[in-house]
Amino acid sequence: MIGGLFIYNHKGEVLISRVYRDDIGRNAVDAFRVNVIHARQQVRSPVTNIARTSFFHVKRSNIWLAAVTKQNVNAAMVFEFLYKMCDVMAAYFGKISEENIKNNFVLIYERLDEILDFGYPQNSETGALKTFITQQGIKSQTKEEQSQITSQVTGQIGWRREGIKYRRNELFLDVLESVNLLMSPQGQVLSAHVSGRVVMKSYLSGMPECKFGMNDKIVIEKQGKGTADETSKSGKQSIAIDDCTFHQCVRLSKFDSERSISFIPPDGEFELMRYRTTKDIILPFRVIPLVREVGRTKLEVKVVIKSNFKPSLLAQKIEVRIPTPLNTSGVQVICMKGKAKYKASENAIVWKIKRMAGMKESQISAEIELLPTNDKKKWARPPISMNFEVPFAPSGLKVRYLKVFEPKLNYSDHDVIKWVRYIGRSGIYETRC
Amino acid sequence: MQAVSKGDGMRGLAVFISDIRNCKSKEAEIKRINKELANIRSKFKGDKALDGYSKKKYVCKLLFIFLLGHDIDFGHMEAVNLLSSNRYTEKQIGYLFISVLVNSNSELIRLINNAIKNDLASHNPAFMGLALHCIASVGSREMAEAFAGEIPKVLVAGDTMDSVKQSAALCLLRLYRTSPDLVPMGDWTSRVVHLLNDQHLGVVTAATSLITTLAQKNPEEFKTSVSLAVSRLSRIVTSASTDLQDYTYYFVPAPWLSVKLLRLLQCYPPPDPAVRGRLTECLETILNKAQEPPKSKKVQHSNAKNAVLFEAISLIIHHDSEPNLLVRACNQLGQFLQHRETNLRYLALESMCTLASSEFSHEAVKTHIDTVINALKTERDVSVRQRAADLLYAMCDRSNAKQIVSEMLRYLETADYAIREEIVLKVAILAEKYAVDYSWYVDTILNLIRIAGDYVSEEVWYRVLQIVTNRDDVQGYAAKTVFEALQAPACHENMVKVGGYILGEFGNLIAGDPRSSPPVQFSLLHSKFHLCSVATRALLLSTYIKFINLFPETKATIQGVLRAGSQLRNADVELQQRAVEYLTLSSVASTDVLATVLEEMPPFPERESSILAKLKRKKGPGAASALDDGRRDPSSNDINGGVEPTPSTVSTPSPSADLLGLRAAPPPAAPPASAGAGNLLVDVFDGPAAQPSLGPTPEEAFLSELEPPAPESPMALLADPAPAADPGPEDIGPPIPEADELLNKFVCKNNGVLFENQLLQIGVKSEFRQNLGRMYLFYGNKTSVQFQNFSPTVVHPGDLQTQLAVQTKRVAAQVDGGAQVQQVLNIECLRDFLTPPLLSVRFRYGGAPQALTLKLPVTINKFFQPTEMAAQDFFQRWKQLSLPQQEAQKIFKANHPMDAEVTKAKLLGFGSALLDNVDPNPENFVGAGIIQTKALQVGCLLRLEPNAQAQMYRLTLRTSKESVSRHLCELLAQQF
Repeated sequence: MIGGLFIYNHKGEVLISRVYRDDIGRNAVDAFRVNVIHARQQVRSPVTNIARTSFFHVKRSNIWLAAVTKQNVNAAMVFEFLYKMCDVMAAYFGKISEENIKNNFVLIYERLDEILDFGYPQNSETGALKTFITQQGIKSQTKEEQSQITSQVTGQIGWRREGIKYRRNELFLDVLESVNLLMSPQGQVLSAHVSGRVVMKSYLSGMPECKFGMNDKIVIEKQGKGTADETSKSGKQSIAIDDCTFHQCVRLSKFDSERSISFIPPDGEFELMRYRTTKDIILPFRVIPLVREVGRTKLEVKVVIKSNFKPSLLAQKIEVRIPTPLNTSGVQVICMKGKAKYKASENAIVWKIKRMAGMKESQISAEIELLPTNDKKKWARPPISMNFEVPFAPSGLKVRYLKVFEPKLNYSDHDVIKWVRYIGRSGIYETRC
Repeated sequence: MQAVSKGDGMRGLAVFISDIRNCKSKEAEIKRINKELANIRSKFKGDKALDGYSKKKYVCKLLFIFLLGHDIDFGHMEAVNLLSSNRYTEKQIGYLFISVLVNSNSELIRLINNAIKNDLASHNPAFMGLALHCIASVGSREMAEAFAGEIPKVLVAGDTMDSVKQSAALCLLRLYRTSPDLVPMGDWTSRVVHLLNDQHLGVVTAATSLITTLAQKNPEEFKTSVSLAVSRLSRIVTSASTDLQDYTYYFVPAPWLSVKLLRLLQCYPPPDPAVRGRLTECLETILNKAQEPPKSKKVQHSNAKNAVLFEAISLIIHHDSEPNLLVRACNQLGQFLQHRETNLRYLALESMCTLASSEFSHEAVKTHIDTVINALKTERDVSVRQRAADLLYAMCDRSNAKQIVSEMLRYLETADYAIREEIVLKVAILAEKYAVDYSWYVDTILNLIRIAGDYVSEEVWYRVLQIVTNRDDVQGYAAKTVFEALQAPACHENMVKVGGYILGEFGNLIAGDPRSSPPVQFSLLHSKFHLCSVATRALLLSTYIKFINLFPETKATIQGVLRAGSQLRNADVELQQRAVEYLTLSSVASTDVLATVLEEMPPFPERESSILAKLKRKKGPGAASALDDGRRDPSSNDINGGVEPTPSTVSTPSPSADLLGLRAAPPPAAPPASAGAGNLLVDVFDGPAAQPSLGPTPEEAFLSELEPPAPESPMALLADPAPAADPGPEDIGPPIPEADELLNKFVCKNNGVLFENQLLQIGVKSEFRQNLGRMYLFYGNKTSVQFQNFSPTVVHPGDLQTQLAVQTKRVAAQVDGGAQVQQVLNIECLRDFLTPPLLSVRFRYGGAPQALTLKLPVTINKFFQPTEMAAQDFFQRWKQLSLPQQEAQKIFKANHPMDAEVTKAKLLGFGSALLDNVDPNPENFVGAGIIQTKALQVGCLLRLEPNAQAQMYRLTLRTSKESVSRHLCELLAQQF
């Protein structure tokens, strides 16, 4: 189990130090600083073993979070906990920064006591936590409320308290996906996958029972057996999900047996599921690079991007990053659309386009002047990378339904206002040149 | 030196550096650096020329970025441009960049060297200084090549400024240290010596450093420096503390120079009397000054003063000629022994160690014995205690040995673990060296084993046994003491070993006493038996069989012990074999035979104490010369063991031969017979099967050390009356049976694996030209264990010595597991020869000696030089060599499939040229060549006629020498 938890700033100074077990000494704090934060070579592994002690770290902007243990723990569990902890902190005070952490010392220690007991992770649901750890100081609670908290924390449904009431029953469903790609200069896909999340924000009264449906291949085919013509009529494509994980509220037994996703949602925002697909991915953009070396001191680059989706849709925040050689001494850029600039500090030409409709094409050309060097090393030609945001799910995922049942209270599925949104973002979206 | 003007502040650089320092993360820092690099690149690329100031600024930034750990691959040219600037600051930055970032880029180096040359010739002291600093801080071989000739000129030129002279001397010193071969000695050396007379003390200090280093290599050339150094020293020593102004350090006049001068004088023997008087005076003054009350309480003052003093004392010790001075130095050090500064006490003890070895001061050192003993006991720092132990060892002689040894023994109980073994060795040596009566010696060593048994190495207790065995007068006493010591409830295993051996030999001497009657002795030993390791138990078994001889009344008991299942069926082969053999011996042999077989051990031959060798080894290469080390290991076998471990003794050692070694046995040892002894015994006695042990146990090794020369296996004697063949103390065994076959593989090729077994692989790579050849042998250790005493040698059997000269390079004596060592052989063929030289490889693997002998793949055909000739020429020569003895012919059956291509390749590999279109029959092969030796050349023609139907060949060779013809014919015939 986790023996201790430390938070450092970028200089390696300890901001938060909480030790849960005796086998972790004070020197562990220094060991991590010396061997990881101040290491001569950048440490890339998130798990570091120093003197029979394991350090698991994640980095948020300039802040290092490190969990320490001497035991053989489940690393995935520890990282899940660390991410959860980041979420909790973000939910309380927004961005995780040195200043925010310093301003919320007491709060963080209080939380660490709550979500980790003798190194065992406890309830880390933000909504639940907020009921008894508040930022405004302790409000005097009535006996009733106190007993409610106890029953909630110890009860079967730890993530939702009873007696929630809304005048308007509303829910928001976001499908957020990031698409990753590595493409050869000739346009051959070397690797591609989509990792997506379904995030739900619910404002529902009582203890509603929800059922979520999407175009999962297995479900569709199962139904298709019964009513084959119905699927063909609807013409919906189904997608093959490689793997997925669910929020704790989802009844896994039901998913395993019927493949249906049913749950009682926590109040407020939460991540319903995470998934990954690798087949039949819609690649929103195609990058066509052309690099020509003209002698030892000049390089000509031409990059064409093509958008590959419905013309009615608009992609946003498009950014193409074209790496330049390390001995670049000057750059001239011409582009048809958007703005392009040579950023010396990043050794790249950055081309930004605000908006672009589907089935369009745009291009940039640049002349790069080089300084002759003594080094005979050839330029490694790093890949051209791209960022964008599109209003559809590149995996092809579609929400088919989200049904709400609340037997005790008198509102039905039709009374709930539902919103669904799809956002596809670029992950690591690279094309070799 | 020109001051840096205010305007040269380089604001851009300062801003850049502060930007970097303010970066919050590594990424931000890299971004800032990338931006700056791009900026500098565009500036350097720009068409308009940069002025000196900005060039300097950018080069400075590049340097800073480089020092932060980023690669810089441009800007060198700009830095070189800066070198030719006339402004000091620009030049300085240029040189700084060059000396940090220089790489051996040929075009740039030329430019840099040019700039340096210009500056050296500029007569501007600041520029010359910069150039010299650059040369020294780069200090590469290339720099030395370019400037080693130039700098001495600068150094001795009359018009050079003092500061430049100083730099030049130090620069030259640096170049001399990196590449001494490139610094030419010449007439400048005599002028350098005169720099010792220079008025500027800085120049003198620098020159002294240079001269000291040079004088160590070429003492003759700098002999004149002695008198100059002495006079300089006396001037410093006698000067008042205010005379030297800048060179007085905390009231001590020029301490560094004094130390350096004293060091320089240590390169030479004591000077002639005139100078010597003056030097003695100086040294006396230094000693006197040490007595004066300190002029300052500051630690720097006493440090400087003591530095000079210690250097003076080491000079006194080095000269070792003035008893008066030596005694005074010793007294001075004696005072330091009680000083409260730990460092001083350490240094004093260290210097005293060397003083103790001088005959003049030995007595004086001895007076401090109490202080030293006190230091040993109370000192807090372990390194100081170690020095104290060293000093006690050094000052020990016959008069104080008892005291010192007892003190060291007492100290041993509380000593640090790190130095215990060393102290044990020292005590053992001192006790032996200065023993007046041997009962004291025995007491001491037994005490030693009692106190620090774990640290008593094998050598120590072997030595006790040797001495007890050799001295009749202590045997009784030793037996008694050992017996008493063994009565302690818990005693160390080493004690049991010593006790077992001594009682087995001399137990009869104390058997008269009812308290130590034979049964008591036996039961005492046997009570320890079960707690001991295998090696000790084996030794005890030998003791028991000796008891049977000494005390017949114990026979029944001992036979009972030997017969017990735990012995007869012991899992350890060694113990099992001993038990079986001893049991049978005791029941079969008559008392006479027993008495002969189990007679008392003969005295050991006197030799250098092996403990001493061990101590030398422990002290490391500094204390013991490599020669000593190298000699020790073989000698432990040669002298102590008596029998050289030939392969035959290795494979089946006769375990019973050791402790019971017989004097009465006929002197010639019979290793081959004893090789069979193990197996033979089984047959003769028809007892329970006892396997011959596979390799000598550690026990074996030591016992072979203990045993007298030429031991004889009693079993072999009993069982095998057949004449024992005597292999003699031959150095190497016969070549292994496959040697010839292995050799044949190499007749037609030069590279390959010569030999391979589970332990070792020997690879060969060779090349031959005319009568010379070079061969690389690669010895690969295939095990994970280190080979020790690894020594491959090349032996010339018969009169090969006069025919073939083989030079070998030595290889390392240790080969680590999995490692490979390379040996280079230079071969010169003097005359034609028939037999190849032998390669004998011997080493110890896990304590077991291994030896093997191979034939080195050098055959006469390796020195073939192919000759091309036309058919006409060939036949003409063929006819010339028509005498019957010049021709050798052989008709033989093909061993390999007959393939023309393969045959061709083989003939070419054999060394002769292949001549086409010579023989009328195209199937036949014809070759010609000349064998090159130093003494003569042998022309050689050959003809090979394959007969495919009969699968036969006919090979005809004609050479100008009969033996060569036959030999070549034989060699070649085996190849097809």
